[in-house]
Amino acid sequence: MIKSLDPRVTRAQIEENNTITPLKDLDQWETYEVFHQKKRGDQHMHVGIVHAPNPEMALLFAKEQYGRRGMSVNIWVVGTRDVYTSDYDDTDMFDVSEKNYREAGGYKVMEKINKYKKANKIK
Amino acid sequence: MYGNAYIDPNEKANLILAEEDPQKLAEFEARIDRGEKIEPKDWMPKEYRKQLIRMIEQHAHSEIIGALPEGTWITRAPGFKRKLALMAKVQDEVGHAQLLYSAAETLGKSREAMINDLITGKSKYSNVFNYPAFTWADACVIAWLIDAGAIINQVANAKGSYGPYCRALDRICTEESFHLKYGHDNVVTLATGSSIQRDMVQGALTRWWPPIMHFFGPSDKISQHTEILMKWKVKMASNDDMRQQFLDMYVPKIWDLGLSVPDPLLKKNTATNKWEYTEPDWDEFKRVINGDGPCNAERLAVRRHAEEHGRWVREALNNVGSKYIVPLA
Repeated sequence: MIKSLDPRVTRAQIEENNTITPLKDLDQWETYEVFHQKKRGDQHMHVGIVHAPNPEMALLFAKEQYGRRGMSVNIWVVGTRDVYTSDYDDTDMFDVSEKNYREAGGYKVMEKINKYKKANKIK
Repeated sequence: MYGNAYIDPNEKANLILAEEDPQKLAEFEARIDRGEKIEPKDWMPKEYRKQLIRMIEQHAHSEIIGALPEGTWITRAPGFKRKLALMAKVQDEVGHAQLLYSAAETLGKSREAMINDLITGKSKYSNVFNYPAFTWADACVIAWLIDAGAIINQVANAKGSYGPYCRALDRICTEESFHLKYGHDNVVTLATGSSIQRDMVQGALTRWWPPIMHFFGPSDKISQHTEILMKWKVKMASNDDMRQQFLDMYVPKIWDLGLSVPDPLLKKNTATNKWEYTEPDWDEFKRVINGDGPCNAERLAVRRHAEEHGRWVREALNNVGSKYIVPLA
């Protein structure tokens, strides 16, 4: 039995050179993505994952893992299996550089006013 | 808490880059050069994935094993406040391990595989935790100086190229600031206390100085390995640079407390602006990291015991129809 500097280890009566059967697949359960809200009014933001057997425990573990420093007022958990994602290969689908009619900057109002004033000799 | 990835010097640096698509590789490297992050589903060279998994996994193992020498002193920490603080620190470390395992999982290695590699001795962890915490003062020195070393490494790596690892490190760095302050506070309390306290902390510092000097690993030879890892922003600073930074930041603070470092050669060369010191015993480092240290057997036995005794709970809660999915980020 291991006699340790740590009395808790000695009390646990652990055999030296113990062996255990290896962890099976999914021994550590599935994963849930965790989103937290810093304060009321903010959007929830992704902060990481927890491993949990069900949503209730995922919420519990998420509070333990991500809520230690009083920086959240609310958390959500979603199974990783339920999150659908886009591909980084498709990032060009977000390119709207040719659609400036969607932006305020796409409208050159002062240019028109100045051009009119100049043409009509108005100050 | 973590000093640096341990790469067996005998491992052949046979990078299989020749097999990689040259255009994809060029785009990948250009992205890194621009300072952009690589995310989990991006194309990446096999070697990049392999080295990152190794590095993040070792870091995660170090956090969870590191909780053991520190946890030794929870029940006998002097006073209620110190017990609460040390418990909080140890909880943080386990939480850091969780964050890091999660980051490594995004690269495709399952948590079960990582834990199995730890408890069979296949995966390494920071060598410094293979040494015993003989007294309360040892726990204090660890909390101050080992955490200090870890912070230097973590702050550097937080600017690396892999998104999930950087995000995990940002979170870890925030929490580490408490650890450092707590550790310093403890050492200062002892160093400015009674003669018994001063002797205890000096004894701990003398004992822990060699592992602290080992913490960042041996001098990197400029090998193909180091070069490409720095190019890919997997390794962000050389072992020697980080060690120099550590000495620069903390030796003056140690001397300030009237404590002595057990190295007569330790001094800053004002001409070169670099610290000189007795070269650490790298044979001892190699011996200990390969299993022959004072606490290696105990650390892993405790870890195996913990996994085994929790198994019935994990199995009882498991669901039929669960399937393995790589986490997102």
